[in-house]
Amino acid sequence: MGEHIIELVNIFKQFNDAHADRPVLNNINLYINRNEFLTLLGPSGCGKTTTLRIVGGFETPTRGDVFYLGKRINDVPSYKRNINTVFQRYALFPNMTVEQNIAFGPTIKKWDKSDISKQVQQMLELVNLVGYGKRTIDTLSGGQQQRVAVARALINKPDVLLLDEPLGALDLKLRKEMQYELKRIQVESGITFLYVTHDQEEALTMSDTIAVMNEGVIQQIGTPEAIYNEPTNAFVADFIGESNIMRAVMIKDYLVRFLGCEFPCIDAGFGNGREVDIVLRPEDIELTEPREGRPVGEIASSLFKGVHYEMRVVCGDELILSHSTRYFEPGTKVSIDVLPENIQVMEISTSSDTIIGAKRAQLQNLYRENAGGDD
Amino acid sequence: MELKRKPADDTRIKVGKKSGSVMTLPLIIWLVCFVLVPLLLIGWYGITVENPDGSMSVSFENFKRFADPIYLNPLLRSAKIATITTVVCIALGYPVAYILARSTAKWTNIVMMLILMPMWINFMLRIYSWASLLEGNGIINSLLVSLGFEKQQFMYTEGVVVLGTIYNFLPFMIMPIQNVLLKLDNSLLEAAADLGASPVRRFFKITLPYSVPGIISGVAMVFVPSVTTFVISQRLGGNKVPLIGNIIESQFGMAGDWNFGSTVSLIVMAIVLAFMFAINKTDRAEVNGRGLTL
Repeated sequence: MGEHIIELVNIFKQFNDAHADRPVLNNINLYINRNEFLTLLGPSGCGKTTTLRIVGGFETPTRGDVFYLGKRINDVPSYKRNINTVFQRYALFPNMTVEQNIAFGPTIKKWDKSDISKQVQQMLELVNLVGYGKRTIDTLSGGQQQRVAVARALINKPDVLLLDEPLGALDLKLRKEMQYELKRIQVESGITFLYVTHDQEEALTMSDTIAVMNEGVIQQIGTPEAIYNEPTNAFVADFIGESNIMRAVMIKDYLVRFLGCEFPCIDAGFGNGREVDIVLRPEDIELTEPREGRPVGEIASSLFKGVHYEMRVVCGDELILSHSTRYFEPGTKVSIDVLPENIQVMEISTSSDTIIGAKRAQLQNLYRENAGGDD
Repeated sequence: MELKRKPADDTRIKVGKKSGSVMTLPLIIWLVCFVLVPLLLIGWYGITVENPDGSMSVSFENFKRFADPIYLNPLLRSAKIATITTVVCIALGYPVAYILARSTAKWTNIVMMLILMPMWINFMLRIYSWASLLEGNGIINSLLVSLGFEKQQFMYTEGVVVLGTIYNFLPFMIMPIQNVLLKLDNSLLEAAADLGASPVRRFFKITLPYSVPGIISGVAMVFVPSVTTFVISQRLGGNKVPLIGNIIESQFGMAGDWNFGSTVSLIVMAIVLAFMFAINKTDRAEVNGRGLTL
């Protein structure tokens, strides 16, 4: 285990305004290791930006403590923290040139003049903006402004860099480029990144660790693989990638029943006969000719998506989403099978009823639209 | 690598000239009748003298006549009073504008109302009410006497004229400053804090440079009317504190010398134009440059 550079302990935050009935953050516990790329991932309003702002010193927690290398920093103002931020809309100083923006921190800290200009040049190289130093901010494109914002923060050699949805304002192609760019910068500079995004793909691509948040609570912390393959509840499963989420019953350890059939699985310890939630990723669902002992359904729709076919299977009152390279005509009867390791069994969480209900309604609407279109 | 951008002017859309001229015709007529023609008349009167037979001849004699302490002193006094007024208005108005713009408290609306309310009342009425407050037998003196103090002479001093100009023009300093500060993005201040700037340095590095355009509009809106005022000095200063506005007014009024009045007007106009030109330069330099440095 690495050194905890930042640690949040029992953070609780409530704003004194209209939404005061519900806390923005409810008992957040989180630590960040040195050199880690940690992403706070969640839908808007989940508290991820507030968490970042508490680390940056722009908000103070209502209760709970913020530690920086073991020292409590709740009362340390942001300008005294060795933490820098890339703001959501960059917040570059519009009346200064690129160079002046980047040199802002060092100038405030009264670094040696020649040292500043040397460092500024190095930063321009790092973010691929050599030759842009004398430009004014309004002559730069969104991607360039984004890189100036990164350089302006990094030149201060912070221990932790906070990035608040830094790619949100960029178009898809640029966003993908910048994902690699930021990851490269993080690896090269060896600085700890705390990254906030609502884009699950961005989080999966860049992070060492992801903390999935919802309604002010951390739902799961883990590696991208763990978050994707072993979501701990219906919310995480639903938020990360496409998924089939349904109620199931643990018959006994390593055996779970759903869609009217029993499936071997690799989970144990839930208790015999317990109700659970399960997640099946669309790409893990195998469709075969009807077979004994496996749920049988009918193909409702089949769409070509390039690498795979996206098929919906009506099975009892469930609609199952499947990604498969094997094509089945709509109307075909098929069996559904899943390998034991691809069944993710989870405790039923408070939000799972609503998520399962919403997913079912959404799928049924799609089904109805498709069925209507066929007539 | 990106392509070099073209200068912004290349991409500017040019408005069709024909449709534009029809739409602006009423305004042009207005401007010709009420701005251009009067200006030309003042210009003509300013560079002519009236001969005894009533005819006019071009002469710069009136400019020579102006180079006399009787006229130069009021001009200097006007400049002095306008400068004091402007400086005091910045000193008083900036903090008020700052608080009004940056505070989220509800009472700021009430304060704004209180600042604006006097402006709904006619300018002359407000000056006359100051006079009735400060006069020898005015409200303040009656109060002093009833409290056992001696009567004070407030009226007919430079100080009271300055009080009048500050009172009247302070809102014109507050409003433009408040306006620019309202537009100051809070994330810029957060970014400065993030980069290590203490509250004081944030003010001088970010807030103050961003308020410069507002301060400059405020200066223009306070200095220019102060330098040309004549009602305030007439009512509160009596004839003890003649300003350049009073000289012009008396030439057109009592003296009936429109030629000399026009000459003085031209001189004041030239000074005001030079002043406006200078502050516009500063304005542009501040916006394009890096703001104030500390």
